[in-house]
Amino acid sequence: MTGKTTLTFALMDAPFESARSTTALRLLDIAAARGFDISVFAYEGAVMQTFALQRPHANTVHGRSAEEENHFLPKDAIAALFDAAKRHGGSLDWVNCGLCVDERGAGEAIAGVRRGTPADFWKMAEASHNTLVIPTRD
Amino acid sequence: MTNYLLIESRDGIDARDSGGFCCELATVLSRRGDRVAVFAVQNGVLSLRAGAHAPGLTKLMFAGVSVQADLFSLRERGIPVDGLAHGVVPSELGTVIDCLADGWRVIWH
Amino acid sequence: MKTLNIIASAYRATVEEQDDPIVWICHAMKGAGAQVDVLLRGNAVNYAVRGQSAKGLAFGGWTQTQPPHLEHDIASLCNKGVAVHVMVDDVARRGLTGVPMVDGVRMVPGDALPALLAGYDRVWHW
Repeated sequence: MTGKTTLTFALMDAPFESARSTTALRLLDIAAARGFDISVFAYEGAVMQTFALQRPHANTVHGRSAEEENHFLPKDAIAALFDAAKRHGGSLDWVNCGLCVDERGAGEAIAGVRRGTPADFWKMAEASHNTLVIPTRD
Repeated sequence: MTNYLLIESRDGIDARDSGGFCCELATVLSRRGDRVAVFAVQNGVLSLRAGAHAPGLTKLMFAGVSVQADLFSLRERGIPVDGLAHGVVPSELGTVIDCLADGWRVIWH
Repeated sequence: MKTLNIIASAYRATVEEQDDPIVWICHAMKGAGAQVDVLLRGNAVNYAVRGQSAKGLAFGGWTQTQPPHLEHDIASLCNKGVAVHVMVDDVARRGLTGVPMVDGVRMVPGDALPALLAGYDRVWHW
C-alpha cells in the first residue's frame, strides 16, 4: 500500500471507565499530528465517547466551580482531534457502531461522527496500512 | 521474520510465574525468530519498577525481547526513569504509532 | 486479508448484549465477506464448552426471552467456515480437559501459537 499513512483503530471502552480510553486518545493525537489519515470504529461502550450531551460539572470536594474544574470531556477531545487531523493535512473518520448506538441511546453525537456497521470496520481495516484493536476487559 | 509489538496495559505482579500471556507470547515469538518488543503502558509499567515482582521480565530479557515503558504512564505513577528495572527503556507513546506505520503487528493486551 | 481474532474476555456483557460482542462481530464481518478466524484463549476457552445455558433470567415482570447462546454461536461460526481455535493450555488450566466441546473447534497447544499467528495477515486481540 502506497501513499499517505492510514491507520484504523477499534475502540470498545465507554468514557470514564478505563485508562485505555485516555491512551487511545493519546495515540489518535499523535497520529493526527503526523498528518495521517485515521479511521476509528467505536464499538460497544466506545460509542459514548462522542456523545454530544456530555456536560462538565463542579467539584465541591476540591471547592472548584464547573468553570474552574474544566472537566475533561472526551467529546471535546475528539472534536479537537478532528481539527488537528485536518490542520496537519490528514483526516479523522469516526464511525460509531449503529446497533451499539441504538441500545445505548447514544444517537446524539458530535459533528463529524457517522454511524456504521462491522462491515465498515472491515472496509476501513482493508484500506489501511495497519489496524490496532484496543479491547475492553472484564 | 515478523515484527511484533505487544502492548502490555495490565500489571503482571499477580500473574503466575510465567509473567502472563503477553510475556509468554513474546518469549515464544522471539524464540521462533521473530523480532519482538513489549511496550508497557498504564498499569503495565507498575511491574517494571526496580524491585517489583516481575517474573516475566527476566524471561523477556533472556529471550532478547526489548521492553519499553511509556514515559507518561511512568510519570503518572511516580516511577522515575532511573528507578526502572535494568534493561527497561523509557519511551514515548509515539513508538506505537511508529510501529503501526511501519507495518509491525501490534497486539494490545 | 486473512485475520485472526483473539478472544480472551469471557461473559463480560453477554447477558445484556444477548451475545458475546466479539463472537457477534466476527459473524457480522464473515457475513460481509471478510476472511476471519477465531482463537479462544484465557477464560474465553469456556465458550467452546457444551451445555452452557443462560436461560431463565427475569427482573420483576421482565423476562429475558433471548438469552445468549454462546455454544450455538461458536458452532455456527464453525459451520460458516470460520476456523475456531482453542488454546489447549488454557483448557487444561481451567480443568476442562476431557469436557465435551463444540464440534469443529480446533485445539492448539501453546507452542503452536507462533506458527498459528504466522498464518494470518493480521492478528486482532479483542
